[in-house]
Amino acid sequence: MARSVTPRRKLLNTTVAWAIGLLIFFPILWTILTSFKSEAEAIAAPPIFLGFDWTLENYRIVMERSDYGRFLWNSIIIAGLSTILGCIIAVPAAWSMAFVPSKRTKDILLWMLSTKMLPAVGVLYPIYLLFIKMGLLDSRAGLVVVLMLINLPIIVWMLYTYFKEIPGEILEAARMDGATLRQELIYVLTPMAIPGIASTLLLNFILAWNEAFWTLNLTAVNAAPLTAFIASYSSPEGLFFAKLSAASTMAIAPILILGWFSQKQLVRGLTFGAVK
Amino acid sequence: MGQIQLKQVTKSFGDVQVIPPLDLTIEDGEFTVFVGPSGCGKSTLLRLIAGLEDITTGHIEIDGTDATDLVPAKRGLAMVFQSYALYPHMSVRKNIAFPLRMAKMDKAEIDRRVNAAAEVLNLADYIDRRPGQLSGGQRQRVAIGRAIVREPSAFLFDEPLSNLDAALRVGMRMEISELHKKLATTMVYVTHDQVEAMTMADKIVVLQAGVIEQVGSPLELYRTPRNTFVAGFIGSPKMNLITGEEAAKHDAATIGIRPEHIDVVESGGTWTGTVGVAEHLGSDTFFHIHNTGLAETITVRAIGDVNLTHGDTIQLTPRMDELHRFDADGLRIG
Repeated sequence: MARSVTPRRKLLNTTVAWAIGLLIFFPILWTILTSFKSEAEAIAAPPIFLGFDWTLENYRIVMERSDYGRFLWNSIIIAGLSTILGCIIAVPAAWSMAFVPSKRTKDILLWMLSTKMLPAVGVLYPIYLLFIKMGLLDSRAGLVVVLMLINLPIIVWMLYTYFKEIPGEILEAARMDGATLRQELIYVLTPMAIPGIASTLLLNFILAWNEAFWTLNLTAVNAAPLTAFIASYSSPEGLFFAKLSAASTMAIAPILILGWFSQKQLVRGLTFGAVK
Repeated sequence: MGQIQLKQVTKSFGDVQVIPPLDLTIEDGEFTVFVGPSGCGKSTLLRLIAGLEDITTGHIEIDGTDATDLVPAKRGLAMVFQSYALYPHMSVRKNIAFPLRMAKMDKAEIDRRVNAAAEVLNLADYIDRRPGQLSGGQRQRVAIGRAIVREPSAFLFDEPLSNLDAALRVGMRMEISELHKKLATTMVYVTHDQVEAMTMADKIVVLQAGVIEQVGSPLELYRTPRNTFVAGFIGSPKMNLITGEEAAKHDAATIGIRPEHIDVVESGGTWTGTVGVAEHLGSDTFFHIHNTGLAETITVRAIGDVNLTHGDTIQLTPRMDELHRFDADGLRIG
């Protein structure tokens, strides 16, 4: 018998789902609300939820004090290029692991993933020294490489999983039909894996955009992305919650909007292959 | 033209040799079926011919030229896969046209050939649909269409009907046979289903553990199986293989008698037993008989509906002229 859902049960489920959703979203909502308050209202006790004087003053001050456009541009360049570079390296890697695996393929995949288990701070010192030696400190190129490398295991794993879903016989059929390796990748594999590739790129872009440890430690002025822009409002004059919130809102807005519009794609990509 | 010759071909995966040295000639225009139990190497052999697997040693010749080192596309063969292996993101038309596009054929010729194939295979109504919108049988036709348009020198079929339901399988079996008559192109067909092998083949190759047990026409294999393996594998229901004293009476280690070559008699039968299971099919009745004094359960096929059921006593007389004798190694005597 199919499990029946009574209207009351359905209402309860919906309410609980919304409650959990709001709970998770609350910090972001609070940040956005705080950005429209005065500094006094921002730290008022008890906290004021909606009944405050809405003001754009914080945004004006933040825009005046720092060059938002430059931070934004750096974020776009760093997240974008590291994603593209990662994809160029990961697609052939995942292809070979999925379709011409060797005895060690599984080991390599696990080893790649194991690098994600290392706390980043553990390798900060050697990487910092390398960056000094190579003159990459506070450069976008350096950050592009580092972010690409730290996200590469995830890209390879995700693409590998999507490629694994594609039956090998289809690629063999293409080979029988006279497709060269290049044609096989272009006409058969890639179109079939597009949802997977797209969601991988999207997720990687979001991860790179939000990455704070390396972007804060390896940049100062020139290459600083939006994470550094936010951080600059938590110091050195002490905490100014309203301005910090305004800066945060400005930093997360682009990625939030991107995520909102592509959520369908993202969810489909992340659950790809879960149900046949 | 489509003669395929395998000369001393072997295949190993790592240290495991799945195909020991093997020689086989498939004549031009012949419908050859590789048949054998799961894991006997029949699909591997087909993939070696296709070029999807590299052979370990030996040579493959297609139309007299050495194709051992040729990539699959250059061998002039077309393959139909068990899973159909259609391109899910392309319409039926594009699926069928794909090999022609890869061959850089001009568009008018592609259209002509695709339309002709769609006509032959009754696909014209579905030509703009995607594979996901087709039934299993239609998908299989598209896969065949994709093979036909290339006008290959031989078709390779890898268990093409095993994903279809029983009724559709019988229909497609006939369609493929008719296609073979129409095109008169070499076809190599892999199946584990001996009924498919018997009904479709000009020549059957029976394989076991990578070794060819026997090559011959369906009726040759049926009438004179070379050993007990072929005897047991070809024919449905299976041949009764009897060992022990009864076999010794005929100067053999094993004797074989097919279920249809044992008569049910009223009295004076050679063997008397009790009916274990009776399968009434209407046209035939299959009896599985115990307590005959033989070690083995005997299967008998009686024509029409014979009114005997579980527990009844039955008398049987095998037709001596249809008896097969095998020695201790399982090889045919005489």
